[in-house]
Amino acid sequence: MADEAFDAIIVGGGIAGTVAAYLLAKEGMEVLLIERGNFPGSKNMTGGRLYSHSLEKIMPGFAEEAPIERKITRERVYMMTEDSAAGLDFYSGRLGVQGQDSYSVLRAPFDQWLGEKAESAGANIVSGICVENLIVNDGQVGGVVAGEDEITARVVILADGINSLLAQKIGMREEFKPHQMAVGVKELWELPASVIEDRFGCSDNEGTACMFAGSPSDGRIGGGFLYTNKESISLGVVATLSDLGEKTVPQMMEDFHNHPAVAPLLKGATLKEYSGHLVPEGGFDMMPRIIGNGVMVVGDGAGLCINLGYAIRGMDFAIASAECAAKAVLDAKQNDDFSAAGLQNYQKYMEESFVLPDMKLYRQFPHFLEGTPRIFDAYPKMAVDMLTDMFVMDGKPARPLMKKMMPHVKKIGIWNLIKDGWKGMKTI
Amino acid sequence: MNTAASEKVNVDAKLSINKFYVDEENAHIVLKEDVDMNEYRKLMVACPAGIYKLNKNGEVFFDYAGCLECGTCRILCGKTILAKWEFPRGTFGVEYRYG
Repeated sequence: MADEAFDAIIVGGGIAGTVAAYLLAKEGMEVLLIERGNFPGSKNMTGGRLYSHSLEKIMPGFAEEAPIERKITRERVYMMTEDSAAGLDFYSGRLGVQGQDSYSVLRAPFDQWLGEKAESAGANIVSGICVENLIVNDGQVGGVVAGEDEITARVVILADGINSLLAQKIGMREEFKPHQMAVGVKELWELPASVIEDRFGCSDNEGTACMFAGSPSDGRIGGGFLYTNKESISLGVVATLSDLGEKTVPQMMEDFHNHPAVAPLLKGATLKEYSGHLVPEGGFDMMPRIIGNGVMVVGDGAGLCINLGYAIRGMDFAIASAECAAKAVLDAKQNDDFSAAGLQNYQKYMEESFVLPDMKLYRQFPHFLEGTPRIFDAYPKMAVDMLTDMFVMDGKPARPLMKKMMPHVKKIGIWNLIKDGWKGMKTI
Repeated sequence: MNTAASEKVNVDAKLSINKFYVDEENAHIVLKEDVDMNEYRKLMVACPAGIYKLNKNGEVFFDYAGCLECGTCRILCGKTILAKWEFPRGTFGVEYRYG
Protein backbone atom coordinates (compact mmCIF):
# COMPACT_ATOMS: atom_id res chain seq x y z
CA MET A 1 0.00 0.00 0.00
CA ALA A 2 1.08 3.57 -0.64
CA ASP A 3 1.83 5.88 2.26
CA GLU A 4 -1.56 7.52 2.61
CA ALA A 5 -2.46 8.31 6.19
CA PHE A 6 -5.94 6.77 5.90
CA ASP A 7 -7.80 4.30 3.78
CA ALA A 8 -10.76 6.66 3.64
CA ILE A 9 -11.53 10.20 4.66
CA ILE A 10 -15.18 11.10 4.99
CA VAL A 11 -16.13 14.76 4.84
CA GLY A 12 -19.22 15.53 6.86
CA GLY A 13 -20.76 14.07 9.99
CA GLY A 14 -24.32 13.71 8.87
CA ILE A 15 -26.28 10.54 8.60
CA ALA A 16 -24.49 9.37 5.42
CA GLY A 17 -21.02 10.25 6.66
CA THR A 18 -21.35 8.61 10.06
CA VAL A 19 -22.88 5.44 8.60
CA ALA A 20 -20.10 5.18 5.99
CA ALA A 21 -17.51 5.66 8.75
CA TYR A 22 -19.18 3.02 10.91
CA LEU A 23 -19.31 0.42 8.13
CA LEU A 24 -15.72 0.97 6.98
CA ALA A 25 -14.28 1.01 10.51
CA LYS A 26 -16.16 -2.17 11.30
CA GLU A 27 -14.33 -3.84 8.43
CA GLY A 28 -11.01 -2.75 9.85
CA MET A 29 -10.36 0.18 7.55
CA GLU A 30 -8.43 3.21 8.76
CA VAL A 31 -11.10 5.89 8.63
CA LEU A 32 -11.12 9.59 9.41
CA LEU A 33 -14.38 11.53 9.52
CA ILE A 34 -14.07 15.32 9.50
CA GLU A 35 -16.99 17.45 10.66
CA ARG A 36 -16.99 21.26 10.46
CA GLY A 37 -19.38 21.76 13.38
CA ASN A 38 -18.53 21.07 16.99
CA PHE A 39 -19.98 17.55 16.85
CA PRO A 40 -21.59 15.32 14.21
CA GLY A 41 -25.16 16.57 13.85
CA SER A 42 -24.49 20.13 14.97
CA LYS A 43 -25.13 21.53 11.46
CA ASN A 44 -27.88 19.15 10.52
CA MET A 45 -31.62 19.43 10.39
CA THR A 46 -34.51 17.32 9.20
CA GLY A 47 -38.29 17.70 9.10
CA GLY A 48 -38.25 14.95 10.05
CA ARG A 49 -38.89 11.39 9.86
CA LEU A 50 -36.53 8.50 9.33
CA TYR A 51 -37.87 5.47 7.47
CA SER A 52 -36.00 2.81 9.37
CA HIS A 53 -35.49 0.06 6.78
CA SER A 54 -32.02 1.00 5.52
CA LEU A 55 -30.50 1.60 8.96
CA GLU A 56 -32.30 -1.48 10.29
CA LYS A 57 -30.39 -3.54 7.75
CA ILE A 58 -27.07 -2.16 9.02
CA MET A 59 -27.85 -2.00 12.74
CA PRO A 60 -30.74 -4.38 13.44
CA GLY A 61 -32.91 -3.17 16.30
CA PHE A 62 -31.21 0.24 16.36
CA ALA A 63 -34.37 1.98 17.54
CA GLU A 64 -34.08 0.25 20.92
CA GLU A 65 -30.86 2.07 21.60
CA ALA A 66 -30.77 5.16 19.39
CA PRO A 67 -32.13 8.54 20.48
CA ILE A 68 -35.19 8.34 18.25
CA GLU A 69 -38.20 10.44 19.20
CA ARG A 70 -41.45 8.61 18.45
CA LYS A 71 -42.50 5.68 16.31
CA ILE A 72 -44.94 7.05 13.74
CA THR A 73 -48.18 5.07 13.77
CA ARG A 74 -50.53 7.80 12.65
CA GLU A 75 -50.41 9.58 9.30
CA ARG A 76 -52.38 12.68 8.48
CA VAL A 77 -52.54 14.51 5.18
CA TYR A 78 -54.30 17.85 4.86
CA MET A 79 -55.37 20.24 2.17
CA MET A 80 -55.24 23.66 3.74
CA THR A 81 -56.57 27.10 2.92
CA GLU A 82 -55.95 30.21 4.96
CA ASP A 83 -58.83 29.50 7.33
CA SER A 84 -59.61 25.79 6.93
CA ALA A 85 -58.04 22.35 6.74
CA ALA A 86 -59.45 19.16 5.20
CA GLY A 87 -57.64 16.03 6.17
CA LEU A 88 -57.21 12.31 6.01
CA ASP A 89 -56.31 10.47 9.21
CA PHE A 90 -54.81 7.00 9.09
CA TYR A 91 -53.92 5.06 12.22
CA SER A 92 -52.53 1.58 11.96
CA GLY A 93 -50.32 -0.63 14.05
CA ARG A 94 -49.05 -1.92 10.73
CA LEU A 95 -47.15 1.33 10.32
CA GLY A 96 -45.04 0.33 13.30
CA VAL A 97 -43.87 -3.15 12.33
CA GLN A 98 -40.11 -3.53 12.61
CA GLY A 99 -38.42 -3.12 9.24
CA GLN A 100 -41.24 -1.02 7.82
CA ASP A 101 -41.52 1.42 10.71
CA SER A 102 -40.55 5.07 10.76
CA TYR A 103 -39.45 7.42 13.52
CA SER A 104 -39.47 11.11 14.16
CA VAL A 105 -35.89 12.15 14.86
CA LEU A 106 -33.90 15.22 15.82
CA ARG A 107 -30.59 15.27 14.07
CA ALA A 108 -28.32 16.84 16.66
CA PRO A 109 -28.75 13.95 19.12
CA PHE A 110 -29.31 11.30 16.46
CA ASP A 111 -26.23 12.01 14.34
CA GLN A 112 -24.13 12.39 17.46
CA TRP A 113 -25.19 8.90 18.46
CA LEU A 114 -24.32 7.55 15.01
CA GLY A 115 -20.94 9.26 15.34
CA GLU A 116 -20.39 7.47 18.65
CA LYS A 117 -21.26 4.16 16.99
CA ALA A 118 -18.68 4.87 14.29
CA GLU A 119 -16.09 5.77 16.92
CA SER A 120 -16.69 2.60 18.90
CA ALA A 121 -16.27 0.66 15.66
CA GLY A 122 -12.83 2.25 15.38
CA ALA A 123 -13.36 5.34 13.22
CA ASN A 124 -11.49 8.55 14.01
CA ILE A 125 -13.74 11.57 14.22
CA VAL A 126 -12.42 15.10 14.22
CA SER A 127 -14.93 17.91 14.76
CA GLY A 128 -14.57 21.65 14.34
CA ILE A 129 -12.50 21.43 11.15
CA CYS A 130 -13.83 22.64 7.82
CA VAL A 131 -12.36 20.90 4.79
CA GLU A 132 -11.70 23.61 2.20
CA ASN A 133 -10.21 21.64 -0.65
CA LEU A 134 -9.32 18.23 -1.94
CA ILE A 135 -5.81 17.10 -2.78
CA VAL A 136 -5.80 16.15 -6.46
CA ASN A 137 -2.76 14.53 -8.10
CA ASP A 138 -3.02 13.87 -11.85
CA GLY A 139 -6.80 13.80 -11.64
CA GLN A 140 -6.84 11.41 -8.69
CA VAL A 141 -8.24 12.67 -5.38
CA GLY A 142 -5.79 11.76 -2.65
CA GLY A 143 -6.92 13.52 0.48
CA VAL A 144 -8.19 16.77 1.94
CA VAL A 145 -6.92 20.25 2.72
CA ALA A 146 -8.03 22.08 5.87
CA GLY A 147 -6.21 25.29 6.71
CA GLU A 148 -2.48 24.53 6.76
CA ASP A 149 -3.04 20.81 6.97
CA GLU A 150 -3.08 18.23 4.23
CA ILE A 151 -4.26 14.76 5.13
CA THR A 152 -3.93 11.95 2.62
CA ALA A 153 -6.23 9.01 1.97
CA ARG A 154 -6.80 6.47 -0.76
CA VAL A 155 -10.39 7.59 -1.16
CA VAL A 156 -12.47 10.56 -0.04
CA ILE A 157 -16.21 10.20 0.51
CA LEU A 158 -18.03 13.51 0.19
CA ALA A 159 -20.86 13.46 2.70
CA ASP A 160 -20.78 17.21 3.04
CA GLY A 161 -24.43 17.84 2.41
CA ILE A 162 -26.66 19.55 -0.05
CA ASN A 163 -24.24 22.44 -0.60
CA SER A 164 -21.29 20.10 -1.28
CA LEU A 165 -18.86 22.82 -2.29
CA LEU A 166 -16.15 20.19 -2.68
CA ALA A 167 -18.06 18.23 -5.32
CA GLN A 168 -18.39 21.46 -7.26
CA LYS A 169 -14.76 22.42 -6.84
CA ILE A 170 -13.61 19.21 -8.48
CA GLY A 171 -16.21 19.48 -11.23
CA MET A 172 -18.43 16.56 -10.25
CA ARG A 173 -21.50 18.68 -10.46
CA GLU A 174 -22.95 21.95 -11.63
CA GLU A 175 -24.78 24.23 -9.24
CA PHE A 176 -28.27 22.90 -8.52
CA LYS A 177 -31.04 25.01 -10.07
CA PRO A 178 -33.76 26.86 -8.12
CA HIS A 179 -36.54 24.66 -9.56
CA GLN A 180 -34.72 21.58 -8.20
CA MET A 181 -34.38 23.01 -4.72
CA ALA A 182 -36.72 23.87 -1.90
CA VAL A 183 -35.99 25.72 1.28
CA GLY A 184 -37.21 24.15 4.48
CA VAL A 185 -37.75 26.11 7.66
CA LYS A 186 -38.64 24.51 10.96
CA GLU A 187 -39.70 25.53 14.42
CA LEU A 188 -39.16 23.20 17.34
CA TRP A 189 -41.85 23.62 19.98
CA GLU A 190 -41.45 22.08 23.41
CA LEU A 191 -44.48 20.47 25.10
CA PRO A 192 -44.82 17.83 27.82
CA ALA A 193 -45.10 14.28 26.49
CA SER A 194 -48.53 13.79 28.07
CA VAL A 195 -49.90 16.89 26.31
CA ILE A 196 -48.58 15.69 22.95
CA GLU A 197 -50.12 12.26 23.51
CA ASP A 198 -53.48 13.81 24.41
CA ARG A 199 -53.57 16.28 21.54
CA PHE A 200 -52.52 13.82 18.88
CA GLY A 201 -54.20 10.73 20.29
CA CYS A 202 -51.08 8.64 20.50
CA SER A 203 -49.84 6.17 23.08
CA ASP A 204 -46.45 6.22 24.81
CA ASN A 205 -43.57 6.44 22.39
CA GLU A 206 -45.88 6.51 19.39
CA GLY A 207 -46.48 9.58 17.30
CA THR A 208 -48.07 11.33 14.37
CA ALA A 209 -46.82 12.72 11.08
CA CYS A 210 -48.86 15.40 9.30
CA MET A 211 -48.36 16.81 5.81
CA PHE A 212 -50.14 19.89 4.53
CA ALA A 213 -50.66 21.14 0.98
CA GLY A 214 -51.97 24.58 0.14
CA SER A 215 -51.70 27.70 2.24
CA PRO A 216 -48.54 26.77 4.23
CA SER A 217 -46.44 27.38 1.10
CA ASP A 218 -48.67 30.31 0.10
CA GLY A 219 -50.54 28.20 -2.47
CA ARG A 220 -47.34 27.54 -4.37
CA ILE A 221 -45.16 24.46 -4.81
CA GLY A 222 -44.26 23.19 -1.37
CA GLY A 223 -46.10 22.33 1.80
CA GLY A 224 -46.17 22.20 5.55
CA PHE A 225 -45.24 19.41 7.93
CA LEU A 226 -45.69 18.49 11.56
CA TYR A 227 -43.99 15.65 13.42
CA THR A 228 -44.48 14.76 17.05
CA ASN A 229 -41.27 14.16 18.97
CA LYS A 230 -40.98 12.85 22.54
CA GLU A 231 -41.36 16.24 24.18
CA SER A 232 -41.58 18.59 21.27
CA ILE A 233 -43.25 19.22 17.95
CA SER A 234 -41.37 19.85 14.72
CA LEU A 235 -43.41 22.25 12.63
CA GLY A 236 -42.21 23.52 9.30
CA VAL A 237 -42.73 24.75 5.79
CA VAL A 238 -41.00 23.76 2.56
CA ALA A 239 -41.11 26.04 -0.49
CA THR A 240 -39.59 25.51 -3.92
CA LEU A 241 -37.10 28.25 -4.76
CA SER A 242 -38.28 28.85 -8.31
CA ASP A 243 -41.88 29.38 -7.23
CA LEU A 244 -41.77 32.03 -4.53
CA GLY A 245 -44.10 35.02 -4.65
CA GLU A 246 -44.36 38.05 -2.41
CA LYS A 247 -44.75 36.32 0.93
CA THR A 248 -41.44 35.66 2.67
CA VAL A 249 -40.50 32.18 3.82
CA PRO A 250 -40.30 33.23 7.51
CA GLN A 251 -43.78 34.76 7.13
CA MET A 252 -45.08 31.47 5.69
CA MET A 253 -43.72 29.76 8.79
CA GLU A 254 -45.34 32.31 11.09
CA ASP A 255 -48.71 32.11 9.33
CA PHE A 256 -48.60 28.33 9.40
CA HIS A 257 -48.10 28.12 13.16
CA ASN A 258 -50.80 30.76 13.65
CA HIS A 259 -53.25 28.88 11.41
CA PRO A 260 -56.51 28.29 13.32
CA ALA A 261 -56.20 24.52 12.75
CA VAL A 262 -52.56 24.42 13.92
CA ALA A 263 -52.34 26.99 16.71
CA PRO A 264 -54.40 24.94 19.22
CA LEU A 265 -51.97 22.04 18.79
CA LEU A 266 -49.15 24.31 19.92
CA LYS A 267 -50.97 26.07 22.72
CA GLY A 268 -48.67 26.62 25.69
CA ALA A 269 -45.62 25.38 23.79
CA THR A 270 -42.22 27.06 23.99
CA LEU A 271 -40.11 27.71 20.92
CA LYS A 272 -36.73 26.03 21.41
CA GLU A 273 -35.07 26.30 18.01
CA TYR A 274 -35.51 27.83 14.57
CA SER A 275 -33.71 26.09 11.73
CA GLY A 276 -33.39 26.12 7.97
CA HIS A 277 -32.13 23.75 5.30
CA LEU A 278 -32.24 23.12 1.57
CA VAL A 279 -34.10 20.10 0.23
CA PRO A 280 -33.07 18.53 -3.08
CA GLU A 281 -36.42 17.95 -4.77
CA GLY A 282 -35.47 17.57 -8.42
CA GLY A 283 -35.23 13.79 -8.15
CA PHE A 284 -33.23 11.59 -10.49
CA ASP A 285 -32.71 14.31 -13.08
CA MET A 286 -30.73 16.45 -10.66
CA MET A 287 -28.33 13.72 -9.61
CA PRO A 288 -24.69 14.64 -10.21
CA ARG A 289 -21.85 12.35 -11.10
CA ILE A 290 -21.36 10.28 -7.94
CA ILE A 291 -18.01 8.63 -8.70
CA GLY A 292 -14.67 10.20 -9.60
CA ASN A 293 -11.06 9.12 -9.29
CA GLY A 294 -10.56 8.53 -5.59
CA VAL A 295 -13.85 10.16 -4.66
CA MET A 296 -17.56 9.44 -4.21
CA VAL A 297 -20.56 11.59 -3.31
CA VAL A 298 -23.27 10.29 -0.96
CA GLY A 299 -26.50 11.54 0.65
CA ASP A 300 -27.95 15.00 0.07
CA GLY A 301 -24.90 16.04 -1.95
CA ALA A 302 -25.89 13.44 -4.52
CA GLY A 303 -29.44 14.86 -4.64
CA LEU A 304 -30.88 11.72 -3.07
CA CYS A 305 -34.35 12.71 -1.95
CA ILE A 306 -37.92 12.01 -2.96
CA ASN A 307 -40.84 14.19 -1.92
CA LEU A 308 -44.18 12.64 -2.78
CA GLY A 309 -46.18 15.03 -0.67
CA TYR A 310 -47.47 12.33 1.66
CA ALA A 311 -44.00 10.87 2.22
CA ILE A 312 -40.66 12.61 2.18
CA ARG A 313 -37.61 10.43 1.99
CA GLY A 314 -33.99 11.48 2.20
CA MET A 315 -32.31 9.98 5.22
CA ASP A 316 -33.09 6.38 4.24
CA PHE A 317 -31.46 7.12 0.86
CA ALA A 318 -28.48 8.75 2.56
CA ILE A 319 -27.93 5.65 4.71
CA ALA A 320 -28.27 3.25 1.78
CA SER A 321 -25.94 5.34 -0.40
CA ALA A 322 -23.37 5.30 2.41
CA GLU A 323 -23.65 1.54 2.57
CA CYS A 324 -23.18 1.20 -1.19
CA ALA A 325 -20.18 3.53 -1.12
CA ALA A 326 -18.61 1.67 1.82
CA LYS A 327 -18.98 -1.65 0.03
CA ALA A 328 -17.38 -0.15 -3.06
CA VAL A 329 -14.43 1.07 -0.99
CA LEU A 330 -13.90 -2.44 0.37
CA ASP A 331 -13.92 -3.82 -3.19
CA ALA A 332 -11.52 -1.13 -4.35
CA LYS A 333 -9.16 -1.91 -1.51
CA GLN A 334 -9.20 -5.57 -2.36
CA ASN A 335 -8.37 -4.80 -5.98
CA ASP A 336 -5.99 -2.03 -5.00
CA ASP A 337 -7.71 0.29 -7.47
CA PHE A 338 -9.23 3.54 -6.24
CA SER A 339 -9.65 5.11 -9.67
CA ALA A 340 -13.17 5.91 -10.89
CA ALA A 341 -13.15 2.53 -12.64
CA GLY A 342 -12.10 0.83 -9.41
CA LEU A 343 -14.98 2.52 -7.54
CA GLN A 344 -17.63 1.68 -10.15
CA ASN A 345 -19.24 -0.84 -7.83
CA TYR A 346 -20.75 2.12 -5.97
CA GLN A 347 -22.95 2.66 -9.02
CA LYS A 348 -23.65 -1.06 -9.27
CA TYR A 349 -24.69 -1.40 -5.63
CA MET A 350 -26.87 1.68 -5.95
CA GLU A 351 -28.60 0.08 -8.96
CA GLU A 352 -29.08 -3.17 -7.03
CA SER A 353 -30.43 -1.46 -3.91
CA PHE A 354 -33.71 0.47 -3.78
CA VAL A 355 -31.92 3.80 -4.19
CA LEU A 356 -31.56 4.23 -7.94
CA PRO A 357 -34.64 2.16 -8.85
CA ASP A 358 -36.79 4.38 -6.59
CA MET A 359 -35.16 7.58 -7.82
CA LYS A 360 -35.91 6.46 -11.38
CA LEU A 361 -39.45 5.30 -10.63
CA TYR A 362 -40.41 8.75 -9.35
CA ARG A 363 -38.35 10.59 -11.94
CA GLN A 364 -41.34 12.36 -13.50
CA PHE A 365 -43.01 13.32 -10.23
CA PRO A 366 -41.12 16.60 -9.64
CA HIS A 367 -42.00 17.66 -13.21
CA PHE A 368 -45.64 16.77 -12.57
CA LEU A 369 -45.72 19.02 -9.49
CA GLU A 370 -44.07 21.87 -11.37
CA GLY A 371 -46.57 21.53 -14.19
CA THR A 372 -49.65 21.22 -11.96
CA PRO A 373 -49.84 24.31 -9.73
CA ARG A 374 -53.53 23.53 -9.03
CA ILE A 375 -52.41 20.97 -6.42
CA PHE A 376 -51.19 23.76 -4.17
CA ASP A 377 -53.96 26.26 -4.70
CA ALA A 378 -57.17 25.30 -6.52
CA TYR A 379 -57.50 21.76 -5.13
CA PRO A 380 -57.17 22.66 -1.44
CA LYS A 381 -59.76 25.41 -2.02
CA MET A 382 -62.06 22.98 -3.80
CA ALA A 383 -61.79 20.40 -1.02
CA VAL A 384 -62.52 22.98 1.66
CA ASP A 385 -65.46 24.47 -0.27
CA MET A 386 -67.01 21.05 -0.89
CA LEU A 387 -66.67 20.01 2.75
CA THR A 388 -68.05 23.35 3.87
CA ASP A 389 -71.14 22.80 1.74
CA MET A 390 -71.46 19.28 3.09
CA PHE A 391 -71.22 20.10 6.77
CA VAL A 392 -72.74 23.58 7.04
CA MET A 393 -76.48 23.56 7.85
CA ASP A 394 -77.87 27.05 7.58
CA GLY A 395 -81.62 26.48 7.51
CA LYS A 396 -81.95 27.28 3.81
CA PRO A 397 -83.75 24.63 1.72
CA ALA A 398 -81.32 21.76 1.16
CA ARG A 399 -80.11 20.69 -2.27
CA PRO A 400 -78.99 17.24 -3.40
CA LEU A 401 -75.33 16.63 -2.57
CA MET A 402 -74.37 16.26 -6.21
CA LYS A 403 -75.81 19.68 -7.00
CA LYS A 404 -73.84 21.17 -4.12
CA MET A 405 -70.59 19.62 -5.23
CA MET A 406 -70.65 20.21 -8.96
CA PRO A 407 -70.12 23.99 -8.94
CA HIS A 408 -66.87 23.45 -7.03
CA VAL A 409 -65.69 20.82 -9.45
CA LYS A 410 -66.65 23.03 -12.38
CA LYS A 411 -64.47 25.84 -11.05
CA ILE A 412 -61.49 23.70 -11.87
CA GLY A 413 -63.10 21.83 -14.73
CA ILE A 414 -63.88 18.14 -14.86
CA TRP A 415 -61.44 17.62 -17.67
CA ASN A 416 -58.61 19.24 -15.70
CA LEU A 417 -59.41 17.04 -12.72
CA ILE A 418 -59.27 13.89 -14.78
CA LYS A 419 -56.12 15.02 -16.55
CA ASP A 420 -54.28 15.94 -13.35
CA GLY A 421 -55.40 12.74 -11.64
CA TRP A 422 -54.26 10.61 -14.53
CA LYS A 423 -50.95 12.43 -14.98
CA GLY A 424 -50.29 12.27 -11.24
CA MET A 425 -51.06 8.58 -10.93
CA LYS A 426 -48.70 7.79 -13.77
CA THR A 427 -45.79 9.48 -12.00
CA ILE A 428 -46.12 7.67 -8.70
CA MET B 1 -61.81 35.31 9.40
CA ASN B 2 -58.19 35.28 8.54
CA THR B 3 -56.08 35.30 11.66
CA ALA B 4 -53.24 33.67 9.77
CA ALA B 5 -51.91 36.62 7.84
CA SER B 6 -52.40 39.16 10.57
CA GLU B 7 -49.16 38.84 12.53
CA LYS B 8 -45.93 40.04 10.99
CA VAL B 9 -43.14 37.64 11.69
CA ASN B 10 -40.26 38.64 13.94
CA VAL B 11 -37.49 36.35 12.72
CA ASP B 12 -34.82 37.99 14.85
CA ALA B 13 -36.68 36.99 18.00
CA LYS B 14 -36.72 33.38 16.80
CA LEU B 15 -33.05 33.43 15.83
CA SER B 16 -32.16 34.74 19.27
CA ILE B 17 -33.22 31.38 20.72
CA ASN B 18 -30.63 29.57 18.59
CA LYS B 19 -27.05 28.91 19.56
CA PHE B 20 -24.59 30.78 17.33
CA TYR B 21 -20.81 31.04 17.47
CA VAL B 22 -20.40 34.13 15.32
CA ASP B 23 -17.03 34.49 13.60
CA GLU B 24 -16.52 38.23 14.09
CA GLU B 25 -13.31 38.28 12.07
CA ASN B 26 -14.48 36.52 8.98
CA ALA B 27 -17.74 36.98 7.09
CA HIS B 28 -18.60 33.72 5.35
CA ILE B 29 -21.05 35.46 2.99
CA VAL B 30 -20.14 38.70 1.26
CA LEU B 31 -22.31 40.73 -1.12
CA LYS B 32 -20.92 42.40 -4.19
CA GLU B 33 -20.45 46.18 -4.15
CA ASP B 34 -23.27 47.06 -6.52
CA VAL B 35 -26.24 44.95 -5.67
CA ASP B 36 -28.94 44.45 -8.29
CA MET B 37 -32.07 45.08 -6.22
CA ASN B 38 -34.17 42.66 -8.25
CA GLU B 39 -31.81 39.90 -7.24
CA TYR B 40 -31.63 41.12 -3.66
CA ARG B 41 -35.42 41.05 -3.36
CA LYS B 42 -35.38 37.31 -4.16
CA LEU B 43 -33.27 36.80 -1.04
CA MET B 44 -35.50 39.04 1.06
CA VAL B 45 -38.31 36.59 0.27
CA ALA B 46 -36.45 33.28 0.35
CA CYS B 47 -33.90 33.49 3.17
CA PRO B 48 -35.38 31.52 6.09
CA ALA B 49 -33.37 33.62 8.54
CA GLY B 50 -34.57 36.87 7.02
CA ILE B 51 -31.06 38.31 7.13
CA TYR B 52 -31.34 40.06 3.75
CA LYS B 53 -33.08 43.26 4.83
CA LEU B 54 -33.49 46.92 3.92
CA ASN B 55 -32.69 49.69 6.34
CA LYS B 56 -34.91 52.71 7.00
CA ASN B 57 -33.64 54.41 3.84
CA GLY B 58 -34.47 51.40 1.73
CA GLU B 59 -30.81 50.43 1.35
CA VAL B 60 -29.29 46.97 1.54
CA PHE B 61 -28.82 45.85 5.14
CA PHE B 62 -27.20 42.47 5.54
CA ASP B 63 -25.63 40.74 8.52
CA TYR B 64 -24.34 37.17 8.25
CA ALA B 65 -24.56 36.63 12.03
CA GLY B 66 -27.99 34.95 12.00
CA CYS B 67 -27.23 32.75 8.99
CA LEU B 68 -28.57 29.19 9.18
CA GLU B 69 -26.06 28.07 6.51
CA CYS B 70 -28.77 26.56 4.34
CA GLY B 71 -27.43 27.79 0.98
CA THR B 72 -30.69 29.23 -0.36
CA CYS B 73 -28.99 32.53 -1.28
CA ARG B 74 -26.20 30.67 -3.03
CA ILE B 75 -28.66 28.75 -5.21
CA LEU B 76 -30.68 31.86 -6.07
CA CYS B 77 -27.98 34.53 -6.34
CA GLY B 78 -24.59 32.83 -6.09
CA LYS B 79 -23.70 33.96 -9.58
CA THR B 80 -25.26 37.42 -9.42
CA ILE B 81 -24.93 39.41 -6.22
CA LEU B 82 -22.84 37.24 -3.90
CA ALA B 83 -19.11 37.91 -3.95
CA LYS B 84 -18.49 35.00 -1.57
CA TRP B 85 -20.38 32.09 -0.06
CA GLU B 86 -18.42 29.70 2.09
CA PHE B 87 -19.13 27.66 5.16
CA PRO B 88 -18.12 29.45 8.34
CA ARG B 89 -14.71 28.36 9.58
CA GLY B 90 -14.68 25.18 11.67
CA THR B 91 -16.57 25.48 15.01
CA PHE B 92 -18.24 28.76 13.95
CA GLY B 93 -21.78 29.50 12.87
CA VAL B 94 -25.09 28.03 13.93
CA GLU B 95 -25.07 25.03 16.25
CA TYR B 96 -28.26 23.02 16.34
CA ARG B 97 -29.11 21.51 19.69
CA TYR B 98 -32.16 19.74 18.28
CA GLY B 99 -31.98 19.87 14.48
